[in-house]
Amino acid sequence: MSHAYGSDGVRAVSRAARHRLNVLSRVLAAAIGGYALAAVATACLSVVLPLPRADAAFLATLLSFFVHACVVIWAFAVRSSMHVWIGITGAIAVLALVAIVTRASGAPA
Amino acid sequence: MRADGAPEGLRQSMSWLHTWAGLVVGWLLYAVFLMGTLSYVQSEITLWMKPELHRSVADEGTLTRAVRRMEALASGARSWTIGLPGGRETAVRVFWREPDTPQGRAATQRALLDAGTGEVLEARETQGAGFFYRFHFQLYGMPWIWGRWIVSIATMIMLIAIVSGVITHKKIFKDFFTFRRGKGQRSWLDAHNATGVFALPFHLMITYSGLLLFMNLLMPWGVDFAYRGDRDTYFAEASGRLTSGAAGTRQAGAGTAARVEGGRGGGGFHGDRDDGNSHVATVPLEPLIARVTALWKADGIDSVSINGRGTPEATVEFRRRGGGSLVDRGASDLLIFSAVTGELQPPPQTPPLTAARATYNVLTSLHLGRVAGPTMRWLLFLSGLAGTLMVATGVVLWVVKRAPDRRRLGRTPLGHRLVEVLNVAAVAGLPVAIAAYFFLNRLVPAGLADRADWEVRGFFIAWLLCFIHPLFRSYRQAWVEQLWAGAMLLALLPLLNALTGGSSLFSALVSGPRAVAAFDLVALAAGALLALGALRTSRHSMGARKEMRRHSVPSEARPA
Repeated sequence: MSHAYGSDGVRAVSRAARHRLNVLSRVLAAAIGGYALAAVATACLSVVLPLPRADAAFLATLLSFFVHACVVIWAFAVRSSMHVWIGITGAIAVLALVAIVTRASGAPA
Repeated sequence: MRADGAPEGLRQSMSWLHTWAGLVVGWLLYAVFLMGTLSYVQSEITLWMKPELHRSVADEGTLTRAVRRMEALASGARSWTIGLPGGRETAVRVFWREPDTPQGRAATQRALLDAGTGEVLEARETQGAGFFYRFHFQLYGMPWIWGRWIVSIATMIMLIAIVSGVITHKKIFKDFFTFRRGKGQRSWLDAHNATGVFALPFHLMITYSGLLLFMNLLMPWGVDFAYRGDRDTYFAEASGRLTSGAAGTRQAGAGTAARVEGGRGGGGFHGDRDDGNSHVATVPLEPLIARVTALWKADGIDSVSINGRGTPEATVEFRRRGGGSLVDRGASDLLIFSAVTGELQPPPQTPPLTAARATYNVLTSLHLGRVAGPTMRWLLFLSGLAGTLMVATGVVLWVVKRAPDRRRLGRTPLGHRLVEVLNVAAVAGLPVAIAAYFFLNRLVPAGLADRADWEVRGFFIAWLLCFIHPLFRSYRQAWVEQLWAGAMLLALLPLLNALTGGSSLFSALVSGPRAVAAFDLVALAAGALLALGALRTSRHSMGARKEMRRHSVPSEARPA
C-alpha cells in the first residue's frame, strides 16, 4: 500500500513541512528578532545621538517602531530565512557593542 | 513565500506578507478602527446617550452661574474645575475635590449643571462613547495592560500590512482612479485600494501615532539603557522640569490644569495642600472672567480651574477653547492668575520644543483629534471610516479571491469557513452590537442598579449572537441577514431617540443641540449604507457569478 503513494507523495509532504517551517522561522525572526533588534537599536541611538540625553532617548524611541517595521519587511523579502537570522543576530551584536562602549565612555549618569 | 520554495520577487513576497498580516489581525483591527472612529465624536455620542442633557442651552451668563453654583456645591473644596459646553456638549461639567481626600481620580467628585439655569442635572448612568474609546485601545474584560499590548501588537502588524501593501501595489496612484463596478473580485480589490490609498496618509498617521501613544509601555529599553533604569529622571528631564546633570534638585512643576476632555474630564489635580488649617480668602472671580472673556473674544473659555483654594499659593487657571496649535498640544492656551492677588502669573514651564517632540505632538494630537474644529473632526471621522472599510474589504477579498480553490475542491475547507464566519460576525455583527448598545441605553430603566453595566453586557451578548448566527447559515445568507439587522436597528435610532425623551431630529435641527441631530443623521446614513450592502449581497451571489465574469476579463487586467 505504501508504494501506492509513491515517493512523490513523500516529497510533497516534506516540501509542505519545509514551507511551514520556513514561514514559522521568518515569523519568529520578524516578531521576536525584530523586536529585539529594535530594542537594541533604540538603546544604542539613545546614547549615540548627539542630543541632550532626554531628547536622544525620546527620538530613539520615536524611531523604534520604524526600525522594527523595516526589519519585518526585510525578513520577508530576503531569499533565505537563514540569512534573516544571521543578519538580525549580527546587527544586534554590533549595535549592543556600540551602545555599551558609548555609554561606558560617556559622562557618568 | 511560495509553498514550492521557488524564488520569487519582492512584490510577490510582500503580497504574501500583506495578505496574511492583514488577515490574522483584520477582525480585531476592524473593531479598533470602527470604535476609534466613533471616539472622534465621543462627546456627541455621549450627549445623545444622556437625553436628560438635551435641553440645556448655554448663554453668556453660564460661567458666572456655574461659579456661583460651585461656591455652594463645593464650598470646602481645595480645587475645582468648570468645563463649559462648546458646540459638542450642552451641559456644564464640574469637578471638585474635598480636603483630606486621597490623591487620584477616585476622590474627584463630579456633576453636570444645566447651562441655562445652573441647576444640577441628573443624567442616567452610562459609559457613553467612553466604552468605545477604551475598547479601541485596551479592549474589555481583561487587565488593561494585556489589552493595550494586544491592540499594540495588532497595530504593529497593521503598520507592516500598510507598508507591504504599498510595495505590492505598483501602480498605486493610477489604480486609485480605477473602479470597475460589478466585476466581482476586481471590484473588491478596487474598493480595497481606493479606501486604502484615499486615506493613506491618515492610515500611516493613525497607526504610527497609535504606537507612539504607548511607546513608553512598548519600547522602554532606550530610556532604561540611557538612564540606567531611572525612568523618573527621564520623565522629569523630558518634561523640562530638570536639565541634564541637575538631577537631585527636583522641583514640582506649577499646577497643571485639569484638562476637561470629551467624556472623561477631571484629570489630575496637582498642588493640593491638605494641611487643612490656613484659609486665605480668594479674590472675586467675576472681574477675572470679564477680563479673560474680553481677551479671548473669538474663541471663548473652555474651562476654569481653581487649585490650592484657601492657601496663599491658590491659582485660577483659564483654558482657551479650540484654536490651539497642534505643535505644542495647546499649551499656549492657558492663563494663570493668583487667586489671592488676582495678578497674572507666568505660564507653566513647557518642555523645550525639539523637532522630535513637535513631530510626536502633531501625530498624537491628530490621533486624539485634539484641538480639531468641526471640519477637521469630520475629516478625521471620514478618514477613520475609510480605514474601517479598507479593513472590511480586505478580509472580504480574502474569501472572494479563493472562490476558485473552493470550486476546484468542491467543498469549503475548515479554514475558509472560519474566515467566513469571522468576517460576517466582525464586519456586519459589530454595527448590530453597537446599535443594540444604543437601544439598551434608552430602554434599560434609568433607575436600574448597574444599568451602565447592562448596556455593556447587552453589547457583548448581541455581538456574541452575531458570531453564532453565521455558523448555521450560508455565508451569503449570514451577510444579508446581519446587514439587514444592523440597517434596521440603526435606521430606527432617530425614532427611538424622539420616543424616549431625547431631542427629536426635527427639533434638534431647528433649535439644537446640533450634535444630537448629527448623531441621528449619521445613524440614518449608516443604516442606508448597510441596507445597500444587504441589497447588493442578496442580488449577487458571493463567488459563483464573479468567476464566470472573470473568464471574460482580458488577461492583462487579471491580478498578478
